[in-house]
Parts: sequence; C-alpha cells; structure tokens
Amino acid sequence: MTDRDLALKSLALRRRLLRLIHEAGAGHTGGGLSCLDILNVLYHRVLNVSPQTVDAPTRDRYVQSKGHCVEALYTVLADRGYFPDADLDTVCHYQSPYVGHPTRKIRGVEMNTGALGHGLPICLGMALAAKLDGASYRVFTLLGDGELAEGSNWEAAMAASHHQLDNLVGLLDHNTLQITGHTREVMANEPLDEKWRAFGWEVRSVDGHDYAQLTAALTTPPPKGKPLFVLAHTVKGKGVSFMENVAKWHHGVPSEVELAQALTELTAAEAKLREVHA
Amino acid sequence: MFTPAAQAMAAQLGLKQGRANLEAFAETLQTLAQADRNVVAVTSDSRGSGKLAPYGKALPRQIIEVGIAEQNLVGITAGLAACGKKAFGVSPSCFLTARSLEQIKNDVCYSNVPAVLVGISAGVSYGALGSTHHSLHDLAVLRAIHNLTIIVPADNTETRAAVRYAAQATRPVFLRFGKAAMLDVTPAGATFTAGRAVTLREGRDVAFLANGETVVHAQLAAALLAEQGVSARVVSLHTVKPLDTATVLAAGRESRAVITVEEHMLTGGVGEAVASTLLQAGLAPRFKMVGFPDEDTVTGAQADLFRHYGISMEGLAATALALLAS
Repeated sequence: MTDRDLALKSLALRRRLLRLIHEAGAGHTGGGLSCLDILNVLYHRVLNVSPQTVDAPTRDRYVQSKGHCVEALYTVLADRGYFPDADLDTVCHYQSPYVGHPTRKIRGVEMNTGALGHGLPICLGMALAAKLDGASYRVFTLLGDGELAEGSNWEAAMAASHHQLDNLVGLLDHNTLQITGHTREVMANEPLDEKWRAFGWEVRSVDGHDYAQLTAALTTPPPKGKPLFVLAHTVKGKGVSFMENVAKWHHGVPSEVELAQALTELTAAEAKLREVHA
Repeated sequence: MFTPAAQAMAAQLGLKQGRANLEAFAETLQTLAQADRNVVAVTSDSRGSGKLAPYGKALPRQIIEVGIAEQNLVGITAGLAACGKKAFGVSPSCFLTARSLEQIKNDVCYSNVPAVLVGISAGVSYGALGSTHHSLHDLAVLRAIHNLTIIVPADNTETRAAVRYAAQATRPVFLRFGKAAMLDVTPAGATFTAGRAVTLREGRDVAFLANGETVVHAQLAAALLAEQGVSARVVSLHTVKPLDTATVLAAGRESRAVITVEEHMLTGGVGEAVASTLLQAGLAPRFKMVGFPDEDTVTGAQADLFRHYGISMEGLAATALALLAS
C-alpha cells in the first residue's frame, strides 16, 4: 500500500471514526484522530497479523495501552476485515461486545486494557515469551502522553532493557495534550527522548502522521538487545480544524452540526489529495 | 506455634510434621517446570522468600526476575500467560495483592489469561514486621474480583495438589501460602479438588470451617473438645472462591454451631462468605467468626498473634464451648 493509499484510507477512517463516536454518544475523539495514522501503518505495513491468523502463535502482538482510543482501533480492525463494519454501530450500546475500551471478546484484540500504565508490562511478558520460545514475533504497544505519569511504565522501561528485549516496541502518541490540558502543565514528562535513552532504549523520533517515517522507524530493527521506543509527534484531533490541539476534544463527542462540518473538511481533504495526485 | 499441650495433642493424633507450605510449593513447581519448559516463575526479588532459589539454580531460563516492582510482575505474568506460558507470579501477598491489585483485576482476571498468582508469606507470616508486611486484606479484595479461583491450602499435601491444579488451570488462580512449618492434617487417600472442601473430622455439635494455617488448630481443638464430650467437625475450606456451598450448608444443617477460622481480617474473609451462604439458605446456627478484628494488629510473631486472637487449640475449644453454652 502506497503512502497515498494510506493517506486516502486514513481520511476515510477518520470519517468513520467520527461517525462511530457520534452514534455511540461517547468516545475519545482527539486521541483517536491523533493515533489513527500510527494504527494504519501498524496494521498495513508493520504487524505480521491478519484476520485469518488471530490465534497463530507466531503472530506479532499489538496491545493498545492507551485503551481509551479504542474507537480508532475498532475502526482499523473493521477495515482490515476482522469483523463487519456494521458492528461499529454497536460500540458502547447495551449488551454489545464492543466495550468502550479494548476487550479480547473482539477478534484481533490481544488484551483488555483501559486503565493506564498496563500495556508496557504486559508486552514485556509477551516479548519474554517470544524470547523463551526462540520465536521471531515482535510485540508493540501504543502509549499516551498523560499515561507516562503512571509509575508502572517506568518499572517496565527498566526491565525491558535489563532483559534486552529487542523484540519490544513502545510507541508514544505524543500529541502533548491530556484531559486537563497540556501535559507539560499537568505533569511535565520532557525530555522524553533522553529519559527513554537513559533507561536503555533505542529512541526514534518521527512525525506520527508521516507514513514513510513511521514505516522506517518501525521496520528497521533496533540495535541487538535494545528495546525500541518510537516517539511519534502527533496532533490531537488531527484532520479536523476545530478539533486540532484542543484539549476539550479529548473525549468530546461531535454534535450533528460538528460532525457534518468535520466530514465536509475530511471529504475536501480527500478531494484535494486525489486532485494533487491526479 | 503450639503450646506443650497442643504439641502433645498433635502427637496423640499422629499428625506428621511437615515443612512450610512455601517449601512444598517451590518443590512442586520445580518438578512441574522440569517436566514442562512452558512453566515459568516470575519473581520480584522474591526468589529467596519464595523458596525458589534451588528452582532458579536448576532452571535459570524458567525464572524471570523483575526486581522490586510488583505491578510489573503481574503485567509480565499476564503477558507470558497470554503467549502460552504457564506463568506463576510469586511475590509476598502483602505487596502482590495491594500494590498490583489493578493488574490482577485487569491484566489477569478481566483479560482472562491462565496466569497463577502466588501470594507468599501471607496473612501474618511476617509477624512482628508489622502491618506493612501483613496481608489480612488479600482474600477480601480478591473475592470481589470476578474470574479468580482463590485457594488457601492447609498443609503440604493440599499445597502440592493446589500447585498441580493451578498449573493446568485454564483460568486465573491465586494461591496463598504461609511460611511456618505445618503439620499434615490431610487424611491419607483424600483427593483434592478445587472448589470442594475437605472434611477432616466428622462431628455434630460444632463445625469448624477453617483454611490455611489455621486448620491444624481447629483439628487440635476438635480433639480437645472430644475429650470433653463435644463432637466437632473440622473442614478445610481450602478454596475460598468458588466456595463449596454444599459443604458449608451441610455443616450449618448438621451442627448446632458453626465457627469459621481464618488468618485474615474478619471483614470480607471466609467467615463472611460462610455467613452469607448460611443466611441466604435460611440457616442460622449459632455462629462465630474467629480471625483478625478491625483494629491495629498487636506486635508479635505469627504464633503470638494467633494466640492473641484465639487461633489456637485452647482458644478455639473455649470459643466452641462458650458458643454452645450461649
């Protein structure tokens, strides 16, 4: 899939994501839009996974530590054929298996997440299992900025390099915002690259909306024995002008009018993209 | 642990001196791990207190050290279990079930991975080290989490069987061990089934429903009561969840009095589980819960604390006589 194909897909999935959240009446809009490109690159270019091999012992593992952005994950999984698109209309509905945070009841979801600071330790266990089995699969987790205040991440950061887990990848959706506002004001976590390097990780900074950069960072193996941390600079609310970099869209649900405006913008962006490449 | 009179009673009953349940656990796990390379122990600087040093020496590839980081220990154990490993996360119960409770709830139980969590040196095993090191809350909090089998073995025999059960379980299991050397109370030929209590002694006046390291004291108390013409049943309620309600209800129907005994705070422990089971079935025998009250625990070794709170042959016999006379 070319970068252009991915860009077009991302625009379509952004629209789907916004419709989903509008219909569900709940969801994490800003973070979903900021991590959607990362998820698209993972599921189309990086992860050795498919709907046909959900139980294959050798598959790569992806655990979404920032579980609140589940709508983006469900949207990408539906697009990849893990379950019918129509299922997305049931997210958060009474008795739906599509809970408002990732659940293993859903095909393709590896672990139940939602409480923050859990994904990385779980992925350490998975990466250790791969090492013990001499298996070549890799293990990925997506973290959020605010989440890094959870101490469990740093327990795992220390242990990952101690155990030389070069099959482990931590991705940060670094949009610099959390529910209250700017992360630097809530609980400053910079300099993140230096922190992760000090914990023994290979650190790569990329534009989290640039498919080529993300692909290169995620597919180039880290130095032997080093876990990989990809610091993906992103924009919260990416793709919708009035949502970009606005903290209230953390879990803001678009109204009819807002949804229509957002869909118009995204459709216009798609038309422009097609025109440029025509 | 025992008064001279209790020691004499144990000898009279022929109760064989065993080792600490922790040692029986570690030895069984090593045997299992030697036979199955998928068995993995995860420790938080706890291989010494978990008696797993010999295991670590024999099977260095099957023990994972995470340092003093219990949240990480449970997350890693869950991740290993999700990828086909029979992972045993081993850490003092006081830390394991408090600091990493959220990981137990979400990563293990809610995610439904077949991980085994082993709370070592549980209850007041650490004695005079104080409340930071006591786990008198663990069963209460774990009972309130869906999808967890909770087992508190009474002796080495139950311990070995519980570890073997946990190793083949397909759902989450919590095992709780103390570190005192135990007398073996399990009758020869008894079979262990998770969720099914073991009746160690029949009796109709009073029934002691106990678990873990308190069971032997109930067993001794029953023998002492027999000398005074009182017939006491003793049950090892090794599985706290799911509770063997049939055995509990039988005790309630067939005995004039029921006494629960536990190395746990009375709030939320096995006593309350038994009480609710009896009441909901319309049974109301004379009833007493023996355990740790909701107070600042006095200082002392485990044996001191047991005696202080009435978990002893003499204490339990006196409780039974008072209850029957009430």
